[in-house]
Amino acid sequence: MDKKIKIIIYAALLVALFALLFILEQILPSYSMLFTVLKKGAIYALVAVSMNLLNGFTGLFSLGQAGFMLIGAYTYGIFTIPTEARSAVYQYFDGGIINFTVPVVVALVMAGVAAAIFAYIIGLPVLRLKSDYLAIATLGFAEIIRAVFQWKTLGPVTNGSNLLRLYPTFKSVLFPFAVSGICIAIIVLLINSSYGRAFKAIRDDEIAAEAMGINLAKHKRLAFTISSFFAGVGGALLAMYQTTIQASAFKSAMTYEILLIVVIGGLGSVTGSCISSFLFIAASEWWLRFLDETTYIGSFKVPLLNPGFRKVVFSIIIMIVVLFYRRGIMGNKEFSLDPIAKQFKKRFRRRKEVVGSNEQ
Amino acid sequence: MKRFISIAVILCLVLVLFAGCGKEKTGGDTAGDVIKIGVFEPSSGDNGAGGKQEILGIEYAHSKVNTIDIGGKTYKIELKIVDNESSNDKAPTAAATLVGEKCSVVVGSYGSGVSIAASSVFGNAGIPVIGASCTNPQVTEGNSHYFRICYLDPFQGTVLANFAVDNFNAKTAYILTKLGDDYSVGLGNYFKEAFVGLGGTVVEESFQEGNSDFTAFITSAINSGADVIFAPTSTEAASLIIGQATAMNIDIPLLAGDTWDSSVILDAASGSNQEIYVSTFFDEGDDSAAGSEFVQGFKAWLNANPDKLANNGGNDIVAAVSALGYDAYMVAIEAIKKAGSSNPADIMGALPTTTYTGVTGDIAFDDIGDAIRNVAYIKSANTADASWNFVAIQSIK
Amino acid sequence: MEFINTYLPYILAGISVGGQYALIAIGYTMVYGILRLINFAHGDIFMAAGFMMVYLSASMPLYISIPLVIILTVILGFLVERIAYRPLRTAPRMSIMISAIGVSYLLQNCAWYLTSGLPKQYPKIPWISASVSIGASTTTVVTLITPILTIVLIVALVLLIKHTKIGMAMRAVSRDFETSQCMGIKINSVIGITFIIGSFLAAIGSLLYFTNYSTVTPISGAMPGLKAFVAAVFGGIGSVPGAVVGAFLIGICENILKIKELDMTTFSDAFTFALLIIILIAKPTGLFGEKITDKV
Repeated sequence: MDKKIKIIIYAALLVALFALLFILEQILPSYSMLFTVLKKGAIYALVAVSMNLLNGFTGLFSLGQAGFMLIGAYTYGIFTIPTEARSAVYQYFDGGIINFTVPVVVALVMAGVAAAIFAYIIGLPVLRLKSDYLAIATLGFAEIIRAVFQWKTLGPVTNGSNLLRLYPTFKSVLFPFAVSGICIAIIVLLINSSYGRAFKAIRDDEIAAEAMGINLAKHKRLAFTISSFFAGVGGALLAMYQTTIQASAFKSAMTYEILLIVVIGGLGSVTGSCISSFLFIAASEWWLRFLDETTYIGSFKVPLLNPGFRKVVFSIIIMIVVLFYRRGIMGNKEFSLDPIAKQFKKRFRRRKEVVGSNEQ
Repeated sequence: MKRFISIAVILCLVLVLFAGCGKEKTGGDTAGDVIKIGVFEPSSGDNGAGGKQEILGIEYAHSKVNTIDIGGKTYKIELKIVDNESSNDKAPTAAATLVGEKCSVVVGSYGSGVSIAASSVFGNAGIPVIGASCTNPQVTEGNSHYFRICYLDPFQGTVLANFAVDNFNAKTAYILTKLGDDYSVGLGNYFKEAFVGLGGTVVEESFQEGNSDFTAFITSAINSGADVIFAPTSTEAASLIIGQATAMNIDIPLLAGDTWDSSVILDAASGSNQEIYVSTFFDEGDDSAAGSEFVQGFKAWLNANPDKLANNGGNDIVAAVSALGYDAYMVAIEAIKKAGSSNPADIMGALPTTTYTGVTGDIAFDDIGDAIRNVAYIKSANTADASWNFVAIQSIK
Repeated sequence: MEFINTYLPYILAGISVGGQYALIAIGYTMVYGILRLINFAHGDIFMAAGFMMVYLSASMPLYISIPLVIILTVILGFLVERIAYRPLRTAPRMSIMISAIGVSYLLQNCAWYLTSGLPKQYPKIPWISASVSIGASTTTVVTLITPILTIVLIVALVLLIKHTKIGMAMRAVSRDFETSQCMGIKINSVIGITFIIGSFLAAIGSLLYFTNYSTVTPISGAMPGLKAFVAAVFGGIGSVPGAVVGAFLIGICENILKIKELDMTTFSDAFTFALLIIILIAKPTGLFGEKITDKV
């Protein structure tokens, strides 16, 4: 009974969210910075949640996210550039060797599958490594993937180091929200399944988990592959958002950015990752922009405000979060998996209960 | 308690988010008698130095013409400058900022990659863009909103190949390009086509972003028996290449495209014996009336503003991109006058037939939106006193 | 002879860059040995030293600015440890590594702010910037003195670790953190000194590296930093001689890949990581590393 009501509330909230987005799109001009933030935020939310699945829920410290996003972005781009535009895009490679296109949705799935296949292969040797060795090895793989995609010999497929462009993109903010929403929902379902519990057991204590009969290698590989699948889909969405793809953009700095989003949101909290990715994007792309502009109050020039100051302030904020609010916005509490709405409900209606359950 | 605070903070931020977009809307409506011209240029990153010089040209032009009369009403022109950070993935966001500012027309960018990357953002918003020094054909190809006032890479590559054959009797050329840089890869490719067409052979290599060790590449060039080294790269890589070539004392001339026409190159080469030749759009020693007037005025303006002078690299050498920036701004003004409106769609309609006699020559657009140009200036670096020597005006055979 | 003349420059460049990687790698290997932390900010401290030199040498003569750069870099390294790592000493290893990434982000952004992201020309240091010919190829003096200086510094460091009291304390801490604390070793000062030594060597490395490559950018520390770390892992993390051997090997290999005939230039960076993954899988303790048993 209670569960049914919950589901209805969530569904209603989701519908309300999409309705709100739809209305916003109608009343606000399309160039409003709000939409830039919402689009990019939705995409980063998906990538951050997929990274959280690995780092926060399974305890595998992987830094390969940018590499898998790159694979996803390229897969999407390669298979969706219209055949008539190929000669313009692959101008140094006689139009490339792939001369067909697939529908956008199929390409998105293919993007995920391609990333997942790579992850599976990479995972076979790499997942035997522990903590920071794993981190540095996955980081290394991301760099290798980047080099391979820029290799001239593969040019007829990847266009070498040149841009991929002219593939279908999205205009409405509803599209990234829908795709990210579906993907995140699948991840949440997975986390709440028996597999998810096994992941968490591995995170908390590998040896104990193994003693409980959890197949470590299999579950780690599963988490790694699934996380990469969604990173690949996220990469494809990012490609659609940016309208061009270039391997050199998927640097380790991108992985670090996503990692910081995950940490700010709280390792092991899906909603935390979502909230923090919107905050992160909004702060870095929009709210702090004024710090980059030379400002005068009367004839007094405000000191320090020069291009680049935004990033300094931003990184100081991040350091403060990392040092003093180590658990991030949401921590990793179980119920933080529920939508924010539930928190309000608990906060205001059943305050006592929440306090009680926290103390357990 | 902690969670309560965090929720409160989030709520506040969300409120700010909505307050922010509300404010933005009203801000746009009050700007009645102002026409905004967007400046889409890098002022940081690989191409930051060149981008800054192009902005200087635009700012100088703005200091000369900052009002416009349309239908008897005087509009003030406002420059909206954004930094695309020389990065293809930052460029669309920077472009979106200009669109959000409701710019009537946009000028830029230095560097073809960012122009291509951001092109569709402007295209979707229906805002015309005038490229000043982006030379890659893909910038204007296949779209109706991007225009450009400089020559193209196929032309520039051919000019340089001709120059290499004419002046150095070159049989073998070593081409060094940067991976993932459309300008670099494109120009290298066109040079190769032209050079091979003239009966030469080429040896090609490319380096990755962030590479700082060019000694191995220079060694390869020596080993390949090259007569010239062609390195169409950003100024950042250029100073490394020149520095390391100088240290290795090579006697092969370095050839490059318009990006190398920068005081950064002169600084890196000063005091050495390295021969450096670049093709460019404009020569400071230009003795035409418009040219010399621009050079004098620009130098005076630079010297009067210390921070502008610093942006030019601390000297008053006029970079070709500054002249192009100046011309691009003036073309934008002409187009607004011709359109008689600040509406982007009207300006876009007026641009194809706009003509203008700028400091870099006569400007008229062809069907694709490119300026019709047929000459390039070749300059060489004077390493003794860090200045440019005019070598030749080269056209295609 | 023809063969040597053709390929000598690649080897020379490799040895030179290898020496510079070695100086950075020691910082990584020592910190990792003691804290089990990949100090991602180390490469950026190296970059910061480069910028300090650019700005300081503009206003004062080299014989003042060089020591000053070294001192400031050491202070920076020490401060990073004090502010960003020490408060997290009891935190999980992942937190402290994230803090390291945060510091790296901060340093890069500060450098970006100060320079607007524009590359800066590194000052020429007389004598070591000069050209010199070996056989048919020409190179700079710095290429030749780098390996020599590197080896001298490393011998000094090894002596320090083997034969002084503080060196003994370092070895004890890296063997067993808690036990050495119980034995009365002041952990914090040992860690502080580790960071000081690491930063000192990074400053020297930056002097040599940027004299060779002449331009400093906010991200010019990232790649050398990662490669130096790979070198440290390759040689067996925690082992100083291992890091040096690893660094020279990586420096030489990546330059050999740039030989035109091999046509592998695109992979010269990727190769380093491939090497890392191979060594991690085949012999996770590296060439000279000691076997560490996992504690439950």
